[in-house]
Amino acid sequence: MPSDRFAQMALPQTGQAPLDRARARVLILGALSLVALGLFLTLGVPGGAWGFALPFRAGKLVALVLVAYAIATSTQLFHAATRNQILTPAIMGFDALYLMLQAGSVFFIGAMATQDLDPILKFSLEVIVMMVFSTGLFLWLFSTQARDLYLLVLVGIIFGTLFRSLSSFISRMIDPNDFVVVQGATFAQFNTVNIDLLWISLVLCAFTVPVLWLLRHQFDVLALGRDTAINLGLPYRRVMLITFATVGLLVSVSTALVGPVTFFGLLVTHLAYRLLPGARFGPTWIAASLVAVITLVGGQAVFEHVLGFKGTLSVVIDLLGGLVFLTLLLKGAQR
Amino acid sequence: MIQISDVSHQISGLPILTDVTFTLPKGGITALIGPNGAGKSTLLSLMARLSKVQTGAISFDGADVSTTPTQALAKRLSILRQDNSVSARLTVEDLVGFGRYPHHKGRPNAEDHRLVQEALAAMALMPLRQRFLDELSGGQRQRAFVAMVLAQDTDYVLLDEPLNYLDMKHARQMMERLRDTAREQGKSFVIVIHDINFAAAYADRIVALKNGRLHAVGTPKDIVTRPMLKQVFDLDIIVENIRNLPVAIHQIAPFPERQEHP
Repeated sequence: MPSDRFAQMALPQTGQAPLDRARARVLILGALSLVALGLFLTLGVPGGAWGFALPFRAGKLVALVLVAYAIATSTQLFHAATRNQILTPAIMGFDALYLMLQAGSVFFIGAMATQDLDPILKFSLEVIVMMVFSTGLFLWLFSTQARDLYLLVLVGIIFGTLFRSLSSFISRMIDPNDFVVVQGATFAQFNTVNIDLLWISLVLCAFTVPVLWLLRHQFDVLALGRDTAINLGLPYRRVMLITFATVGLLVSVSTALVGPVTFFGLLVTHLAYRLLPGARFGPTWIAASLVAVITLVGGQAVFEHVLGFKGTLSVVIDLLGGLVFLTLLLKGAQR
Repeated sequence: MIQISDVSHQISGLPILTDVTFTLPKGGITALIGPNGAGKSTLLSLMARLSKVQTGAISFDGADVSTTPTQALAKRLSILRQDNSVSARLTVEDLVGFGRYPHHKGRPNAEDHRLVQEALAAMALMPLRQRFLDELSGGQRQRAFVAMVLAQDTDYVLLDEPLNYLDMKHARQMMERLRDTAREQGKSFVIVIHDINFAAAYADRIVALKNGRLHAVGTPKDIVTRPMLKQVFDLDIIVENIRNLPVAIHQIAPFPERQEHP
């Protein structure tokens, strides 16, 4: 028996093979993302219109890539911190909170003042409020021991409905001219990306990349749950704070740029989990972001430039993501 | 040395622990026994800083758990609670590898790898090490979690019912492994255990809790006696001496006529 065990121990390549496979898959995803980016920029550009089309599309492309990154990352962080892989910030009604803040600021400060505010300053304030809200709300919900998943789904639905109702309530109270301002913010879509906030969003997202990369091992430990994380010496509360603040920031960015997309995060993170089974936070994070870029940019390229459809990509993504959500819920119920 | 002084703890106004004070020397196995709700798990989680100490103080070799940085404590003591589960998909080897995290912070070296392999072998997990946790039985998963804590290689190891889900063979193997580790490497284990006979056979000392208070501390021979068990568990239990080891026959009520038998 012991000799048998040592023979297995001596095999050096175990653990190496899945790593190589993971690396190969990430590389393939990277190549596919590049193809998607290329297609989005070049598909169906009428001859002679390159000078106009390229800069126009490039701005939109950057926005879509940021949204892909923000949604994939925030979802994966949320999964690590809450120890479940079914709930996402969007399912917990988080983008609805952002929209409520929009309506609330118009209501309290007035549309004129809101529009007079420097959009970048205004957005920064909203991001800060979102970070504070998300940290407070989620720490309250998740700081105690693991809660029942179905209870949390219910809480998410209630929160989402509450935030949406509040923002529509506020919209009804303000005068119609002000309402137009709110509507402009709430109806951002993949087709009508909010370009004003592109640069600030880019800066914010770029800031999160090195921070999250440095913390990637800590997120692996975080995902083991509170008790195990503390046992392993993780400064649990601090990491939870950073995680939820980052989630708040990324949700603000994606919602500001293209509005709410409920099931996109769930779809892309689960594709990444399937592609890299058992992988750590770092590789999975890269894979999820790339899958998100491929889905969003590639899908938008096909929809916009090949099929000539408008505004249907989010419907398709939410349909697919919703199916994933239902499957996961049913699988969870069987266990 | 573990020092627990005047520890009291309340959860939503209800006293769980009251004025618990005792000292455990370094090395060996200490079994923590007591009926359900005696406060064993609470005491363990206070010792491992999973819950905040409300009153009193707990220290390991002079390092107070409330004031020592958590990273430093993770190299000194480890804990495994009951009912462990992981939502992420992890292989057994990866989980056990996390036990080394306090030492390498994400960059394992050869020494870390060696200790992980040792822990896997100690818990008889080598054939299962590439399996995902959700593909294991309850007992196998329990062994994987114990292996993780062993890989952490701390002087003090707190285990809350480590024999949960284990069959007889693996339960005995685990206790033997813990005893060997304690003897060979001078480590200290504090184990919440429900099977009093395992405590009698393997523990160097037994701490009995009852209603949140310390009831008795002593060797297995002191504690595993009919009057003492009656006090702690409110249950009449025959204790026989078999091979110089007290064995409690707690599964059946004592028959008076059988007692007359020499």
